[in-house]
Amino acid sequence: MSESPVTAPSPARKRRGNMQLLMANRLAAAGLFIFGFIVVVALLAPVLPIPNPDLTDQPNRLLPPLSQGHLLGTDHLGRDILSRLIWGTQVSLLVGISATALAALFGSLIGLVAGYARGATDSVLMRLVDMLMAFPYILLAIAIVAALGPGLLNALYAIALVNIPFFARNIRGVTVSIRNREFVDAARLSGKSHAAILFTEVLPNVLPVIVITMSTTVGWMILETAGLSFLGLGAQPPTSDLGSMLGQARAQLFTAPHASIIPGIMIFVLVMSINLLGDGIRDVLDPRLRSGALDRPMAVTRIERKTKPAPTLADAPALVVDGLSAGFDNGGGVTPAVRNISFRLGKGECLGLIGESGSGKSVTALSLMGLVASPPGVITAGGVYIEGQEVLSLREQELIGLRGARVAYVFQDPLTTLHPLFAVGEQIAEAILAHQKMGKTAAHARAVELMESVGIRDAASRASAYPHELSGGQRQRIGIAMALANEPDIIIADEPTTALDVTVQARILELLDALRRERGLALLLITHDFGVVAQVCDRVAVMRHGEIVEQGDTQDILRDPQHDYTKRLIACVPELGEGHGFLDRVRPLFKEAGA
Amino acid sequence: MNDAVQIRDLVKTFGGGRSLFGRKASEVRAVRGISLDLQRGETLGIVGESGSGKSTLARMLVGLEAPTAGTMLIDDKPWPELAAAGTRAFGRTIQYVFQDPVASLNPRKTIGDILDVPLRLLCGYDASRRAARKRALIDAVQMPMDTLERYPHEFSGGQAQRIAIARALAAEASILVLDEPVSALDVSVQAQVLLLLQQLRDDLGLSYLFISHDLAVVEAISDRVAVMYLGEVVEMGPAAQLFAAPQHDYTRSLIASAPRLTPDAA
Repeated sequence: MSESPVTAPSPARKRRGNMQLLMANRLAAAGLFIFGFIVVVALLAPVLPIPNPDLTDQPNRLLPPLSQGHLLGTDHLGRDILSRLIWGTQVSLLVGISATALAALFGSLIGLVAGYARGATDSVLMRLVDMLMAFPYILLAIAIVAALGPGLLNALYAIALVNIPFFARNIRGVTVSIRNREFVDAARLSGKSHAAILFTEVLPNVLPVIVITMSTTVGWMILETAGLSFLGLGAQPPTSDLGSMLGQARAQLFTAPHASIIPGIMIFVLVMSINLLGDGIRDVLDPRLRSGALDRPMAVTRIERKTKPAPTLADAPALVVDGLSAGFDNGGGVTPAVRNISFRLGKGECLGLIGESGSGKSVTALSLMGLVASPPGVITAGGVYIEGQEVLSLREQELIGLRGARVAYVFQDPLTTLHPLFAVGEQIAEAILAHQKMGKTAAHARAVELMESVGIRDAASRASAYPHELSGGQRQRIGIAMALANEPDIIIADEPTTALDVTVQARILELLDALRRERGLALLLITHDFGVVAQVCDRVAVMRHGEIVEQGDTQDILRDPQHDYTKRLIACVPELGEGHGFLDRVRPLFKEAGA
Repeated sequence: MNDAVQIRDLVKTFGGGRSLFGRKASEVRAVRGISLDLQRGETLGIVGESGSGKSTLARMLVGLEAPTAGTMLIDDKPWPELAAAGTRAFGRTIQYVFQDPVASLNPRKTIGDILDVPLRLLCGYDASRRAARKRALIDAVQMPMDTLERYPHEFSGGQAQRIAIARALAAEASILVLDEPVSALDVSVQAQVLLLLQQLRDDLGLSYLFISHDLAVVEAISDRVAVMYLGEVVEMGPAAQLFAAPQHDYTRSLIASAPRLTPDAA
């Protein structure tokens, strides 16, 4: 066994431009080519060597396809179907795209104003939009055309109008979320008027959503135009569009099926190609999908180690990390995130991993159980020993089995890690049932017991509470209870108190400290706060740029830091009681650095 | 010349209005009768935990929220007068620095565009004067000159906060409300920003209302400190005195909970 079994060569990933991303999506690329071809042919209609589409020729009516002079045959008046198809596609495209543009313009305007103004304006505008939506859209379109009189232009207005709600609702939702962002308040304080903020601050951020919505609705609008023309309410003879061709050929459906099948296929191909392209554009423009969320992460971080560490380690403490390196695959190579990390952690001991943002402390914590999302994460060297056994060499299922059972995590913000739709007791019980075979009621009783042990009063009734009904401190207690569910040996707490108030932070740290002493847990505490380290950690490792620069006894390091970086980091922590002296003390530090 | 800011019996209640069918909505009393003064050239620290009403107070001061009751004098001008004159009047008198510097900069605008707005709308400078002023501002917050052509996402948290401070300074207001300006920053960056803030205050004669949950940070930069709890100011006094001899129980528990490098000092 020289190669790790979970290693699978994955295709190179690079940061690519929009066009490259779109081309990488085969369906979208196919859509783009088909749509592009149709548009070019339709635009070239005046110069193509095709007969006049309105020229009737009664003797040659209903010729089948591949007849001489008529590639696709003729219709019931002897007109050339190919010619009518090309001219008709031009009309359908023109109407569909114009209707989309109109609907996008007015719908987005309503959405922007309603979402930005809120209050009464919002209510009135959105209730009007709701009224439009309350009618079946095709009936509404028919009613509008009936009132205005049949004709292509009136059909266009009707279609644009019935599609306004779709844009208005989408854009309003996005606007509401952008309106609450701080840069909008900042623009107001810079003296911008509401209109200026709406069009110069909010609109540029909403624009991608408008484009996405447009690209996904053009096809739909073309279909609706065809529908109205089919009913004889759109294009009037002799003008042809795809819908009216279909409508006129309906009478000959059995004698000359080609006259209706050909425009039908054309509508299908056109709308399909636009929809495929639209979905592709959406995937490219949506920043969340673009960042790689479309790639389903693997169950375990990709492991690509040149040398394999020894499978077991004699007389090892609870956790040993030996020369661990991990990074992110950027397509061409691996950008290292952490390099050569080594530390040991015994039972009942607490090690603090401290560093500033970007120092690699979270990547270290997640790498221990292969939890870094992959792609792009990759572990490049080193070993992780739990009770002396190397876990990164284990089979995928075995490693997954260790998560939560032997090694448990506590994260920064339990509001984002707890499921909002399940009661907290259920979630703890689920964590128990994932690893232990027991009845539902037994698991529930155990969950309540755990909640009591982490200091939640009246646990039996709080078990049925939802995460949002609990305070931040209580939620973090639930997070800790879940970590304890399977009596792990090691708890990795990643900034567990950063989101909490100081008085609550003090209680949570006390709880973690008491738990590790009572249960002999090995606690790996990741933090950026030296005060937290000083309060609970026996030892501390200081990280910078993905490396541990110094590690040792907490009190020794705080009293007498050896590395320059540690000295500087400790010097920058203001202490209560220091007052203005703090600024005088740190000023020389940055004078040197600046010079 | 009176105090920079004078607040008397300020109250803010959210909700509580009647809905369409006359049902009374539940109300939240965020600020319950606060009175405080900010002297000119002074830094007044406001300490409190989440939900204590400190951000609501700050947003009312800069005109982003309207008070339910009470009076505010900002730079000797009554709040309703400023509100009637519009956001530009507020912007010229008092400015605000947000907690999350990256969120307070529009991701689709260059730093030059962002700094241009207050100079154009609040100061009314012409193009050449704006360009000169922008360079001076970037220099004042110790950022490189090419900052102006770059976009917010290209900067780290500490750099973005310097840019946000430059924008607040651009309005040439003499009063700055700083809402947790260093909470999102790493400790070494935090110390640098605090130094910058103090230097700017001394050079430009600014008055600061400095809001934070971090007691040590507030103590380091403030002349006086007010402790807020559930929408009320429970204790106020000179920084050194308040932290050395806290009078109110809540202040004592805050000080006892603050993490320290030397645990035995508690």
